[in-house]
Amino acid sequence: MLYREAGQFRTSYAQDSQIFPLRQDRVGIIIMLIAAVMLPFVANSYWLSAILIPWLVLSLVALGQNILMGYAGQLSLGSAGFMAVGAFACYNLILRIDGIPFVVAVGLSGVCAALVGIVFGLPSLRIRGLYLAVATLASQFFIVWALDKFGWFKNYDPAGVITAQPIVMFGHNFATPREKYWVVLAIVAVLALLAKNMARGSIGRGWMAVRDMDVAAEVMGFSLLRTKLQAFAISSFYCGVGGALFAFAYLQTVEPSAFGIDLSFRILFMVIIGGLGTIMGSFLGAGFILLMPIFLNIFFHTVFGKSVDATITSALEQVIFGVMIIMFLIFEPLGLARLWQLTKERLRLWPFKH
Amino acid sequence: MPDFWFFLEVLVGGLLSGTMYALVALGFVLIYKASSVFNFAQGAMVFFAVLSFVGFMELGLPFWAALPVTVGLMILVGMGTERFVLRPLVNQSEDTLLMATIGLAFVIEGVAQLAWGVDVRRLDLGIRDEPINWVMDKTGMLVSQLDVTAAAVAGIMVAALALLFSHTKVGRGLRAVADDHAAALSIGIPLKHIWMLVWATAGVVALVAGMLWGARSGVQFALVWVALKALPVLIIGGFTSVPGVILAGLIVGAVEKIGEVFIGPFFGGGIEGWAPYMLAVLFLLIRPEGLFGEKIIRRV
Repeated sequence: MLYREAGQFRTSYAQDSQIFPLRQDRVGIIIMLIAAVMLPFVANSYWLSAILIPWLVLSLVALGQNILMGYAGQLSLGSAGFMAVGAFACYNLILRIDGIPFVVAVGLSGVCAALVGIVFGLPSLRIRGLYLAVATLASQFFIVWALDKFGWFKNYDPAGVITAQPIVMFGHNFATPREKYWVVLAIVAVLALLAKNMARGSIGRGWMAVRDMDVAAEVMGFSLLRTKLQAFAISSFYCGVGGALFAFAYLQTVEPSAFGIDLSFRILFMVIIGGLGTIMGSFLGAGFILLMPIFLNIFFHTVFGKSVDATITSALEQVIFGVMIIMFLIFEPLGLARLWQLTKERLRLWPFKH
Repeated sequence: MPDFWFFLEVLVGGLLSGTMYALVALGFVLIYKASSVFNFAQGAMVFFAVLSFVGFMELGLPFWAALPVTVGLMILVGMGTERFVLRPLVNQSEDTLLMATIGLAFVIEGVAQLAWGVDVRRLDLGIRDEPINWVMDKTGMLVSQLDVTAAAVAGIMVAALALLFSHTKVGRGLRAVADDHAAALSIGIPLKHIWMLVWATAGVVALVAGMLWGARSGVQFALVWVALKALPVLIIGGFTSVPGVILAGLIVGAVEKIGEVFIGPFFGGGIEGWAPYMLAVLFLLIRPEGLFGEKIIRRV
């Protein structure tokens, strides 16, 4: 019952290298997953399609950004650009290859985004910090411009906005919000597990070594080229898959303007507030950023009794996000995830103080 | 040949708009030179400064009264930033400070919109955005009066600030603080005063830049993104060089306009959105410290 490791012995190497060594953690995760799967039966479709699906999708993208910024230490402002690549790749794959299952299309669009990510990640071999951020800004602006200007990506559609095709797998059309939610949940859960495993394995340790001091990492034998480009590739894969899901399961349209620089900044905020270098942090940060506007609206409704002008709430949102970022950086640079970790550590000692 | 004059007109237009980017970039360089912090919030400060100026005039203050009031407000903003954002983060990594200034940018943008609203406003400086008549008569080129005035202002400010940094005692103090603030403190340079002075100056530069940009394209939220355009200027010129800012501004402005007018039609336009960035990336790969910046030496 209590959150302890007492009595849990590890008697094999496999047991020793588990991701969740505590039985309580494993039980908790299983309960959470079951709850997540059962959720559509209790939640109404507004919650599913406007809150839960974007939360899952943006958590995935924040995960990608976290891999690049939190684990590998490469400052990047181009995540929305890679999302756009994923979305357009998925659209074109489904359009041009008949009968391709949605999951395969999403996977391949992630690979496309990864390839683009490697190309735009090449400058990271020469520059770091702010300079790299500017280079990724270049990639963001260029990708969105290219996807907009070259009509082939939009199949020469005269209308500016393309409707995303329906999600079809194994002959079944996943049309209702409930079914879309399950598809997104499955993809996000698998990729999050993969990310957690990667982060604690030799790949993740390589990234963290490069983040902490790349000269020392190179001296120790890590190939900076491989490590940094791997980080860009895997991060862009996640962003690309996230972008495809963003377009197909949430927006239902595929357009370059949805993937502008402001989305990149939002994802950056998710990662900073959630916690750099943690998997949990991506989910917490995405939830925070998504729920804040809704919370503000409800707050104004209840306190002031009337709807406030949308421009005022969006300006207030900006101020709150900015203030939260500064406060988190000053007081808890490791973000919400660290606060969660501290809670767990208190729980391990509870009811004792130390 | 009419083509030559057209090319010259586009070039001159580009060079002049480049000086306006340089004005915005000047604020970045100031703060970086004196505190080694890259102030991502400079664009938001430009927007806030000119929006407050126009707002004060709308509230009834005449032009020459609104100006010092806005300067005072920007000094307060700068001092507040230094006290509440930078001082608590004083020994953190560069990346942390960058992220803090990104957060600050959003705070300032939000506060500006909350305080003054989101309407687009016009700013009339008495200089019209019209072609200079004698140039038009002699050569057929359209060169805007406002652009030329802005270029002159930018040139004067760059010259003044370059002289400040290189020839005055205060300037030397500023450079010492940027180099190593612990050492500067130990020889008696008043750190807090220096930082407040720097942020106040950056606020004034932001106001001037904002006034010129506002007169040209209206005081609207899009001004914030102009600061993003100043980033390639900084990279090409070097983060620590005041004269480099002007040269880099000229290069970026020229490349942007010439690229848009002559290469743009092949792609349906829109090149000016990313061409300066690609140029900056090229510079980063060949000469990361920029044309005039200090060489970046990493010590392990």
